[in-house]
Amino acid sequence: MSAPTAFLLQLALALVLAPLLPGIINRVKAMVAGRHGKPLLQTYYDLARLLGKGEVISRTTTWTFAAAPGVSLAAALCALALLPLGGVPSPLAFGGDFLLAAYLLGMGRFAVMLAALDTGSSFEGMGASREAAFSALGEPALFLAFLTLTSLSLDLGRGVADAGLDVRAAFSLSALFNGDMAAFWQAGRPELLLAPAVFFALLLAENCRIPVDDPTTHLELTMIHEVMVLDHSGPNLAMIVYGAALKLWFFAALVAGLLVPPLPLWEHAALSVLAVLGIGVAVGVVESAMARLRLTRVPHFLGVAAALAALALILTQAR
Amino acid sequence: MITLTSLFSTILFLLLLNNLLLLGAPGIAPLIRLTAFQGILLAVLLLGMDHALLACAIFGIKGALLPGLLERTRRRLATTDEPRPRLHLGAGVFTGILGLVFSLWLETRLPILPHLFPPLLLPTALTTLFCGLILVVGRATAISQVIGYLVAENGIFLLGAPLMAAGAIWFELALLLDIFVAVFVMGNAIGHIGETFDSIDTGRFRSLRD
Repeated sequence: MSAPTAFLLQLALALVLAPLLPGIINRVKAMVAGRHGKPLLQTYYDLARLLGKGEVISRTTTWTFAAAPGVSLAAALCALALLPLGGVPSPLAFGGDFLLAAYLLGMGRFAVMLAALDTGSSFEGMGASREAAFSALGEPALFLAFLTLTSLSLDLGRGVADAGLDVRAAFSLSALFNGDMAAFWQAGRPELLLAPAVFFALLLAENCRIPVDDPTTHLELTMIHEVMVLDHSGPNLAMIVYGAALKLWFFAALVAGLLVPPLPLWEHAALSVLAVLGIGVAVGVVESAMARLRLTRVPHFLGVAAALAALALILTQAR
Repeated sequence: MITLTSLFSTILFLLLLNNLLLLGAPGIAPLIRLTAFQGILLAVLLLGMDHALLACAIFGIKGALLPGLLERTRRRLATTDEPRPRLHLGAGVFTGILGLVFSLWLETRLPILPHLFPPLLLPTALTTLFCGLILVVGRATAISQVIGYLVAENGIFLLGAPLMAAGAIWFELALLLDIFVAVFVMGNAIGHIGETFDSIDTGRFRSLRD
């Protein structure tokens, strides 16, 4: 099977399985709490129900409000298409595409923030303000972790111009997350395990999970992400819910891409999907074990992630 | 397969991580737990260097006894919260990272015998020393400063570890005993300070002068 076909098959699998991740997290949380919990496929049912419903749109809103869910879903889809899936490089890969992926997610967030401000609700404005502040604090950690990986990718010899290889190839997501990094930490470079830890912390922060935000609360003053989507309904809300699931899958695939070692194609693909679902279980366990942080402590949480990323970068440079 | 080198680098990496966590730990109880963990890591490192006797002594004294004494003092004082540290925790961690960068730079500049220090050992030891000093300077309570002193001593101990010959082990053991006595005495002193002044915040000692 050719690489683009294998990639497209895996992308389709990711698009189909993405709504399963929130279901797994909820089921793990319910099991830890001794309850049966919602069905695993609840997000699929919700999406089907929302797509069949009509929409209520406030008269104060403009086209920004209507466009935001589509923009955020499209941005998440494009970011996911840039990731190597199951070790197969993305056909869209190019040097520096990790910057595009980071800012595509940023654009999706920006659109949702604009929509929140567009409603004129001070409550949603408050959420947008927090989202902007915390995502800005998360970016240093994200880019420090990417820097660590790119420096290693150059070490691997991907950027050797003498060998006729393009130096820029070392800076693509497909080179950074195709499983080669896993071989490094298995060979006694434990500082590289900090990178998946940082991406996991960012997964929690970017996807409004505990300890940064609680996705199950809709009526609390301390919410960040959920408060911005209170005015959306029907198919637009479905797009936001599906976009959130894709974003969760994107970050889980980043972590899995660093943990799964290089294997033959289908073994790698199967192990990657299992790792992504396993990360869903890990998020469920973290959410069961921790309480949400006070808002003033969230910058500390992101600061710890940035410090760990800086430590990983320094130690990789020192070797 | 885990080789001795990868075990070494894993332990040194954990020590570095432990140092940064020490600088970022907000309360006294996590500081004590992290100090105990540091003692255990040192013991495992020595075990890897074939100093089994010293490893047992380090495990017993730095991993269990000293943290136990500190924990006893903490309970006696019934204060779990560190008052506002003099140096902001984030600034402390940042200074620690700067210390690590400086140690890595220093390693390239120091004229030392090749293969004397395994890779990463010298920077880890120096960073541990710096982190101990940052704790002593940056924290407000006497008990955190004692922990800082212990961490700095761990750094010095790490520096000396590769230089240890057979005879030096008894010297190290005697030193360990001295530290044990020092922490024991300081624990009691802090207890008395706490009972007399209802606080172990060293900032308040300034008002003692007449």
